[in-house]
Amino acid sequence: MTSPTSSSTPDLDMANLGLGRDITADDVVDNLSFFDDWEERYGYIIDLGKQLPPFPDALKTEDRFIRGCQSQVWLELQHDAGNGCLHMAVDSDALIVRGLAAIVLAALNHKTPQQIADYDMADYFEKIDLLKHLSPTRGNGVRAMVSRIQNEARSRL
Amino acid sequence: MTGTESQDNGLPTAGAPAAGAPAVSFDAEALRAEFPILGEKPYGKPLVYLDNAATTQKPQVVIDALANYYLHDNSNVHRGAHCLAERATAAFEEARENVATLLNASREEIIWTRGTTEAINLVAQSYGGSTLKLGDDVVISSLEHHANIVPWQQVCARTGATLRVIPLKPEHNGELDLSTLDQLITARTRIVAIVHVSNALGIINPVQDIIARARAVGATVLVDGAQAVSHFPVDVQALDCDFYTFSAHKLFGPTGVGVLYGRRALLEAMPPFQTGGEMIEKVTFEASTWNQLPYKFEAGTPNIGGVIAFGAAVRWFAARDRAAMAAHEADLLAYATQKARAFPGLKIIGDAPNKVAVLSFLLEGGHPNDVGTLLDQQGVAVRTGHHCTMPLMDALGIPGTVRAAFAPYNTRNDVDRLFAALEKVRRFL
Repeated sequence: MTSPTSSSTPDLDMANLGLGRDITADDVVDNLSFFDDWEERYGYIIDLGKQLPPFPDALKTEDRFIRGCQSQVWLELQHDAGNGCLHMAVDSDALIVRGLAAIVLAALNHKTPQQIADYDMADYFEKIDLLKHLSPTRGNGVRAMVSRIQNEARSRL
Repeated sequence: MTGTESQDNGLPTAGAPAAGAPAVSFDAEALRAEFPILGEKPYGKPLVYLDNAATTQKPQVVIDALANYYLHDNSNVHRGAHCLAERATAAFEEARENVATLLNASREEIIWTRGTTEAINLVAQSYGGSTLKLGDDVVISSLEHHANIVPWQQVCARTGATLRVIPLKPEHNGELDLSTLDQLITARTRIVAIVHVSNALGIINPVQDIIARARAVGATVLVDGAQAVSHFPVDVQALDCDFYTFSAHKLFGPTGVGVLYGRRALLEAMPPFQTGGEMIEKVTFEASTWNQLPYKFEAGTPNIGGVIAFGAAVRWFAARDRAAMAAHEADLLAYATQKARAFPGLKIIGDAPNKVAVLSFLLEGGHPNDVGTLLDQQGVAVRTGHHCTMPLMDALGIPGTVRAAFAPYNTRNDVDRLFAALEKVRRFL
């Protein structure tokens, strides 16, 4: 687990990112259950991804990189010494993966390591019927991103 | 033993119209009816299966042959002293004859493997491993699948040989730059391993030119034909290659079966690839001697059911009007290419004149993974990503492509469905 936890990240106000604060896991579950066709669901997922702030190119380093078979994910993790929470920023070269990453952040961002370690991701993804996107065979990096966040959280318990 | 008089490269023509007859209008609907899986409805939508370069679907006769083997003939081959073993062995060896006929080879030159990948590994390890040395060159091309790169990389690292790569043309339409052949294929070249048809782009390589150059310097040639055999006739004698490889599952047969054709003199001289049962003549604790060809390279119990079902696939395939199927595929490619050129923001990757029915492309603003996922939601199955050709994607400066690969059971309606679905995809990007 070599995830960087820099104390300050220029150009990225991670502590105030809306995902995980203004948009929570419950919001995501509610919204996705409201849609009844695939176009609305994917439109919502892609829009969530578009709400992520731009991820500075300077942060797209090897240690923040999560290689998927098809798409790539960058993850920045920041430990807030004040309240003990982990703040996160993500990016991907694929729109749907960006959206899925945002959905992960809605659940885990701004949480303490204990809250993250206790969080039932399988239940969350089952509720929003997105488990197929997390199978190892999809190779899109989202599963590996979740593992990296959880490992970082566990290393701080 | 090839038993073919036709000029089109060892193509058995049973059931085909007389030579020279105009291509009859091809009845794709009748062909579709032979493929039960085409009735599937993913997400409630009729399946448009355009992932045929990854694997083709299987006709009922192949599914029946596989079931029939397990229902009636299941037994081990070549050694059972009973009726079932004789039936299984006869069907197993008939499949080898069928493949030999398909390629215009002899049955002793047809080795069963698990697939193209294992076939190439066999040649790289057995032939390459026993002949390459420091100072030798192995030449591949920029269009290779990882299966025809990594085995050579490994054997080069072990033997001290150097891997050289035929580059793409500077205009980057995906064609190989043959002007480099004389510099790359030289007196130092021992092996040339070249893909017949690019899996990522569908481009047909001018393998005859490359083989001629290899012959001129005395190099041994392997042709990876995984994407070729389902689209056009292949005659290993006419090609004058030393090894030819392909997979059953891309030719309407089951997974887990592959073919290595090898020139007899080379196979005789090569050491075994794997050792154990079946491939031996005599074993003592001190030493062993090897069985005759082709069994010398078939250690252990093979995929008997798969081979027998593949035999049914080859017989089924050979009995089709292959010229009509090829004409139908050419029509699908032309129709799809015309639609692609007119589609806003779509860029064809590998837009070369000589292709099999494969359309590889990118949509502006859409990662291939996004496009593939959104097509899938509409029942359209394509392949996305780097297609196991990372160095090619790097050379083209792209992360991957969306690949629509057609088979004879596809129709213009499938092409229409693809582009209607792409219209919807575009609204998301």
